Amino acid sequence: MKILGWLTVLMCGALLIFNVSEFPDMGDANSPANSKQNLSEYFLKKAYHDTKVPNVVTAVLADYRGYDTMYETAVIFSAGLACFFLLRIFRKKGPKSRFYRHTPTGVTLRIDEGGKLPEESDVFKRIDSIWIPHDNIVRITCRLVVPFIQIFALYVIAHGHYSPGGGFQGGVLLGASIILIAVSNNLRAGIQRMSEKGAALMGSAGVLIYAGTAALCLLLGSQFLNYNALAKLLHIKPVVARYNGILIVEIGVALAVMAVMVWIYYNLSSAGKHDEGL
Amino acid sequence: MEREWIDVITLAIVIVCAIGAINVKDLLGASILLGAYSFLMCILWAVMGAVDVAFTEATVGAGVSTVFCVAAVFHTTRRTKD
Repeated sequence: MKILGWLTVLMCGALLIFNVSEFPDMGDANSPANSKQNLSEYFLKKAYHDTKVPNVVTAVLADYRGYDTMYETAVIFSAGLACFFLLRIFRKKGPKSRFYRHTPTGVTLRIDEGGKLPEESDVFKRIDSIWIPHDNIVRITCRLVVPFIQIFALYVIAHGHYSPGGGFQGGVLLGASIILIAVSNNLRAGIQRMSEKGAALMGSAGVLIYAGTAALCLLLGSQFLNYNALAKLLHIKPVVARYNGILIVEIGVALAVMAVMVWIYYNLSSAGKHDEGL
Repeated sequence: MEREWIDVITLAIVIVCAIGAINVKDLLGASILLGAYSFLMCILWAVMGAVDVAFTEATVGAGVSTVFCVAAVFHTTRRTKD
C-alpha cells in the first residue's frame, strides 16, 4: 500500500513538473498574461481612471472581479459554518463540576453539579480543570500588543486602496488579536470579548453587506455589483461611487473574515464544548 | 543575478520544510514546520513583487492557520484510543 502511495505521488509530481516546461518564461513579453490584447494591459491602464484606486490589485479584486471575491467570502463563511456543525456539542456529558480559585489564599474549590456557584470576581476566579498559573509576562505582553494589532488591522482595511492589504488581511489580523487574548489568558476570556452568537451574527452580517451592496446596485437599475449605481443614492460622481463601493465591500469582507476566524478557533480549541480550551 | 540566488535558497528551504513536515513524527513539530513553510512562501511572493499575496500568506498561512493546527494537535493523544 505504501509503495502504491509513493507511486501515485511520484507520478502526479512528474506530471506537474513535465507541464511546467509548457509555461511561458518569466517576464516573457509574448506570454498571454503580458500581451497587448489582453486584460492585464487594460487593468493597468484603466484601473485608476475607472475607480480612482491607485492599487490595481484592490481594484481588480473588489471591482472588476467582484463576483469572485463575493463567493470567496461566502466560502469562508461556510467553512466557519461547517466547523460549527461538525464540532459543536451542546449536550453536556458526565458529572459537571466547575473549579474556582480563591485568589487571596490560593485554594482551589471544586463545585459539583447543583452546588452554589460563587460570583465571578477578583476574589473567586473560574479556572480550567488542568490549571497552570498564568505567566504574567506572557499575559501582559499580549494585552499590550493587542490594541496595536487592532489599529494596524483597521489601517490595513481602510488603506487597502493605496497600499497592499484590504478586507481579507485586515479581517484576519482583527481575528488574530482576539485569538491572541484567548491563547494568552483562557478561552473564556476570548468569549467574553466576542461571544459565539456575536461571531455568528458578524460573519453573516459581513456576507450580507457584500451581497446587499451588490443587490442594491441591481435594485437601483444597474448590473449586479456595478457600484456606479450607488452614485444616484449618495449624490456623488460615479467614479467616487466606485471608490466608496469598494470600501463598503472591503469592510463587509473584513467583518466576515474576522468573525469566522474567531469562531473556528473557539470550536477547534475546545473540541466544540466552548468550556475549557487551549 | 543576486535576486535569483535568494529565490533558489528560499525555495530549497521551502522544500526541506515540506519534506520535514511530512516525515517528522511529532505532530506539533509538523504544524510548526508548516508555519515556517508558509512564511518562506511569503518571502518568495514578496521577492516576486506580489506584495498583496505575500501579506495574505503571512496573516492567513503563517499566522492563523498555524494556530488552528496547534489547537487541533492539542486534542490528539500519543496513541489511538481504539
